Amino acid sequence: MSEKKFSKKHEWVSLDGDVATVGITKHATEMLGDIVFVEVPDAGKAVEKEGQAAVVESTKAASDVYSPISGEITEGNKAIADDPGSVNTDPEGASWFFKLKIKDKGEYDSLMSKDEYDKFCKENPS
Amino acid sequence: MEVQKTALYNYHKNLGAKFVPFAGYEMPIQYKDGIVKEHISTRTHAGFFDVSHMGQFFLEGDETLIESLEKIIPADLKNLKINHSKYSFLLNNEGGIIDDLIITRTEKGFCIILNAACKENDIKQISQFLKKNHKHLLNNDLSLIALQGPKSVEILEKLIPGVANLKFMTGSNFEYEGENLYVTRSGYTGEDGFEISISNTKVEKLVDYLISNEVKPIGLGARDTLRLEAGLCLYGHDLNEKINPVEANLKWAIAKKRKEVGGFNGWEKIKNLLVNGCEKIRVGIKPDGKVIARENTKIFSSDNNEIGFVTSGTFGPSVNAPVAMGYVKSEFSEIGTSIQLEVRGKKYGGKISELPFYKKSYVK
Repeated sequence: MSEKKFSKKHEWVSLDGDVATVGITKHATEMLGDIVFVEVPDAGKAVEKEGQAAVVESTKAASDVYSPISGEITEGNKAIADDPGSVNTDPEGASWFFKLKIKDKGEYDSLMSKDEYDKFCKENPS
Repeated sequence: MEVQKTALYNYHKNLGAKFVPFAGYEMPIQYKDGIVKEHISTRTHAGFFDVSHMGQFFLEGDETLIESLEKIIPADLKNLKINHSKYSFLLNNEGGIIDDLIITRTEKGFCIILNAACKENDIKQISQFLKKNHKHLLNNDLSLIALQGPKSVEILEKLIPGVANLKFMTGSNFEYEGENLYVTRSGYTGEDGFEISISNTKVEKLVDYLISNEVKPIGLGARDTLRLEAGLCLYGHDLNEKINPVEANLKWAIAKKRKEVGGFNGWEKIKNLLVNGCEKIRVGIKPDGKVIARENTKIFSSDNNEIGFVTSGTFGPSVNAPVAMGYVKSEFSEIGTSIQLEVRGKKYGGKISELPFYKKSYVK
């Protein structure tokens, strides 16, 4: 598995061959608060880079989760849909959102590194 | 208008509050623990809420004050005993709700607790009916602290002996730190608890005591999940000037005598609705799955006709499921009726549910 890359919309991506795993960052879960609902995409769905792919809701509000990379969904993580609170506990591990077969590795390469993302969060507090 | 702050603003900041603008005030939406933990600790232990943004409006006058207030408030104020409180409304000429409120009879007149966003307009509306010899004051020197949860009584009794004797929806004067304060047994969470009216200069000391008794600070976020589980309305969402008490399923809050005799704003309209029923009515809603139907979610019948809309919706931590309230055409209001909720363009099943979603008995 490759190193994690990060998007400005607070998703992370790791790559295994041509299959990417996408989730939301710990920073994102801290901003959202208690997560109480998750909707993940079904296998076979085509997603565009920065297109809406999943939904996450906290007690406060609903937010879209975007795919930082384009491709075809191979699996949505049903476990987090059954237990939304698990996203708060392990957002960058077991509580990934979806996997997809990517088309263009260049999209992955252009995302931020961990250090770049941390710096981005510091400069863009919300 | 400049953003306002309550006397406890810096105190909240030190407790790690996240603030949001609310009704012209900077108010804590949550603290470090987050909404779910704050909610649960209120239900299992006790929580305190700074609700000093709400208006504490005092009225004094002779017998004619009652006549004046009864023109805009449909409670039986004439028979309201001193230190007793009622939930009621300010009504417009159409019977629409200008605000919902708690009114308490005092030695000299009345105290009305008004919603922060409405208080200025409320006072304008009430003033139309007041006479020259009626005095009124919106007291901004007082803070208002709600202490809610099963341990509230034990904790407050140690500090202010006698509060344990108060029954639900009654109040009394007590002494604290050489000053008078007014405590009522009431609240907005479905739990036993108190609302404490205390001077801005003493409020920190009171809150220090509460915190030393493991009472957690609770923000507006958990205040919303708690009140919604308890089936209580939030003005500006579940109630507004175009909705009357009959539609809001709050006809119980209009005094029986006043329903018969009238003499208040919008009575003709309300009398007619009480006899003939209304087109739409407020109901509780439980989505079948985990989907949250938030405010403005459209409601459809099982055969796909639009029948209403959601006015409040969230995840209920104690119910451990999503809960909502909204208005549906009256023929669909029976408990158990299957409905559909349109969320992000997709329809999800749900049912009309009993209110409250979460039951706890008040001390009567």
